Amino acid sequence: MPAFLIRRFIHSLIVLFVMSAVIYGLIGLMPGDPVDLMISADPNVTAADAARLRTIYGLDQPLWSRYLHWLSAAATGDFGYSRLYSQPVWQAIIPALSNTLLLLISSLALALVIALPAGVFAATRPYSLADYGINLTAFAGISMPPFWLGILLILLFSVTLGWLPAGGTPQSAGASGLWEHVQYLILPIAALTIAGVGGHTRYMRASMIETLRQDYIRTARAKGLSENRVVLGHALRNAMIPVVTVIALDLGVLFSGALITETVFAYPGMGKLIFDAIMGNDYNLALVGLLMATTLTLIGNLLADVAYAALDPRISYENLDA
Amino acid sequence: MTSVTRLIAVAMIFALPVFSHGAAQANNTLVIGVTQYPSTFHPNIDSMLAKSYVHGLTRRPITTMDANWETVCVLCETLPTLENGGAKLEKTPDGKDGIAVTYTIKDAAQWGDGIPITVDDVVFTWEVGKHPKSGVASTEGYRRILSIDRIDDKTFTLHVDRRTFDYNNLSTLGLLPAHIDRPKFTDPATYKIQTVFDTDPMNPGLFMGPYVMTEAKTGSHMVFEKNKKWWGKEPAFDKITVRVIENTTTLEANLLSGGIDMISGELGLNVDQALAFEKRHGSKFNILFKPGLIYEHIDLMLDNPVLQDRRVRQALMYATDRKAISERLFGGKQPVAHTGVNPLDWVYDPEVPKYAFDLNKADALLNDAGWKRKGGGMRVNSNGDPLRFQIMTTAGNRTRELVEQVLQSQWKAAGISIDIRNEPARVFFGETVTKRKFPDMAMFAWISAPESVPRTTLHSKEIPTEANNWSGQNYTGFSNPDMDELLEKIELELDKDKRKEMWAKLQNIYATELPALPLYFRANSFILPKWLTGIEPTGHQFPTTLWVEDWRIER
Repeated sequence: MPAFLIRRFIHSLIVLFVMSAVIYGLIGLMPGDPVDLMISADPNVTAADAARLRTIYGLDQPLWSRYLHWLSAAATGDFGYSRLYSQPVWQAIIPALSNTLLLLISSLALALVIALPAGVFAATRPYSLADYGINLTAFAGISMPPFWLGILLILLFSVTLGWLPAGGTPQSAGASGLWEHVQYLILPIAALTIAGVGGHTRYMRASMIETLRQDYIRTARAKGLSENRVVLGHALRNAMIPVVTVIALDLGVLFSGALITETVFAYPGMGKLIFDAIMGNDYNLALVGLLMATTLTLIGNLLADVAYAALDPRISYENLDA
Repeated sequence: MTSVTRLIAVAMIFALPVFSHGAAQANNTLVIGVTQYPSTFHPNIDSMLAKSYVHGLTRRPITTMDANWETVCVLCETLPTLENGGAKLEKTPDGKDGIAVTYTIKDAAQWGDGIPITVDDVVFTWEVGKHPKSGVASTEGYRRILSIDRIDDKTFTLHVDRRTFDYNNLSTLGLLPAHIDRPKFTDPATYKIQTVFDTDPMNPGLFMGPYVMTEAKTGSHMVFEKNKKWWGKEPAFDKITVRVIENTTTLEANLLSGGIDMISGELGLNVDQALAFEKRHGSKFNILFKPGLIYEHIDLMLDNPVLQDRRVRQALMYATDRKAISERLFGGKQPVAHTGVNPLDWVYDPEVPKYAFDLNKADALLNDAGWKRKGGGMRVNSNGDPLRFQIMTTAGNRTRELVEQVLQSQWKAAGISIDIRNEPARVFFGETVTKRKFPDMAMFAWISAPESVPRTTLHSKEIPTEANNWSGQNYTGFSNPDMDELLEKIELELDKDKRKEMWAKLQNIYATELPALPLYFRANSFILPKWLTGIEPTGHQFPTTLWVEDWRIER
């Protein structure tokens, strides 16, 4: 296992290196540059000013040269300066990252706590009234556009009932502590959870139904084991393998894909940060943000591989180590 | 009632007070909703409306423009003019016409840390502004100042290399505190990332307005509390929070739920959104509309042989019912534009040629230009080529897309076919417009200022080409010697009456030649609580927050 992990780590570094070149190239090839945005915001910027600013920001250099410059600085831990927030990139990313991880982990955990038992429950009673009910709810969650769901939640819980804030983050000065922070998180977490529960329930149900058809399950039942023991003790671990893959892939998607939820709830997280960086031609910020999303996807995949070994004794990385 | 239902009912009764999310206004606090977060807090590095808005709470310029669009002193004692002797004509060292302008900073004016504002701050600001490596975007104003004479701690004379009509306007020179920021300027090349405005933005010594910033959470909110060293009129609010909510639906929801007290006019809802809001909730709020200096228009590609014919351009104008667009789409809140000069500007000429909707005149002009109606009523020339144009704008901008559809329908009635092809803003502005790649028409807006000479958009030397690395903003390719001459002379004419005549000629040429089709001036929509008074929208680029000390609570 240690050799496997080291190999995966090296693979991940290569992937990140290739991705940094691809992302830098793609962002650089997009129309316009940061100076164009300055000109559009300030009619007093002259052609001479624009040329001077391009030199200051290194935009007069070819794309490959700028990338190599960035790469050599990044190798020393300097990931550059965010033009959009006038801060070193990490200073802009860390608060957004902590906001997103809080949102992401809470909503994913909540979604799994609801979805996995619901999927198992539905799979053990296929085509029953309960199964239809769970499926219907799952499809409703999948079908509901996140922005619409977010607005519905705001209208109900903020505008109509006045129970929860409609979005944003609390002020640190004069904040009434943890509860105020929780209040601001409830609606975005609910929106992301509802959106995630449906898919995970369907995956869990399908996987469990497939597993319950296996011969070894029939054998377990023939041995006289209780249904709970059959389902939870024998079927669940195998049924979890495809679900774990989906959860692992979800990590990267959720990281950068919570954009709509973050926009609707005015929640300053990574999805919005990356989107604003791309739209605002903030190369350094966009690049590091997207690399963070790539890293999280790689970590998710690694965790999934480790989880496979834990879930299925037939999967072992020992041979690969030899 | 089942036990479960009873349980839920009891839980809700207890939950109500716990969850209750009260209205934003408590004691003397105000929460303002805006749609943008500043990219930097440095006053001069680049220009951004969000920054101007929050700086209105915390900082004061040497001069500004008041609600009557007149230049007035804020930090200075008296506005220097040629008439009162504060400004004097002189020759520059190389013998050109220059001007010397003397200002005295108010004696009581001091930074938020109690250090007086002095000439040292003015000199430091000038040194930063004119340095090519400091990162300041627009250096032209600083480079025009040849030298600064220090008369005493509070009085200084600027020696400027030309005599422009706005010689006493120092509104864009945002003073920098030399006692705090000068040490960061030892290496000008790193100043833009070392400045205290971004490394320690809550330092009270950066501010000299009624408020100081006490909290800034990137992308989320900024908190402002009273400046204990403020030397002017006492403001009404102890604390003001500016919350950033980009999504306008969420912005409205926050207003309705009490999360914010008001929506800023400068950075808030579009007029159509505000009109819809007014219909639903108008009785609960004061809603003000103020037309401003954002000029919506359609640039015409004058390299196109069909559009080179002035009769076609004028026919397009006659075939456009802008009054109907203004009234039906914008409730009459966004006035029809006749040129880029706003009717609120003193240089506006009421006699400028106007194009009231008149299909007969459009017909006559197009027939005269050789575009005759054929089967189906659409026009063709003698070769049978259809009169067809492509209009482009920023995809996703609901208002502009709506206007495009109305224009398509109106021009169809005149026998002109229109194809709509929109692009994302960064492609449209990053490539299509700036590199003059639109074939016929590009709809967008110019942000202007009172008596702003449109040199960059109308002078023939400002046409972007590959040879000049696409610099300049004359995207239509308009070239007119009379216009070029006026653009060069207006800025240097000090006599108001003569300048007004020149402006009238400029507007006349614009409205006759029509390098662009004027549409309307955008209006700002302020949504305010009934208890808040004293906000006076200006219509120009200086935000209402510059007069925050006049805002009052009347419950």
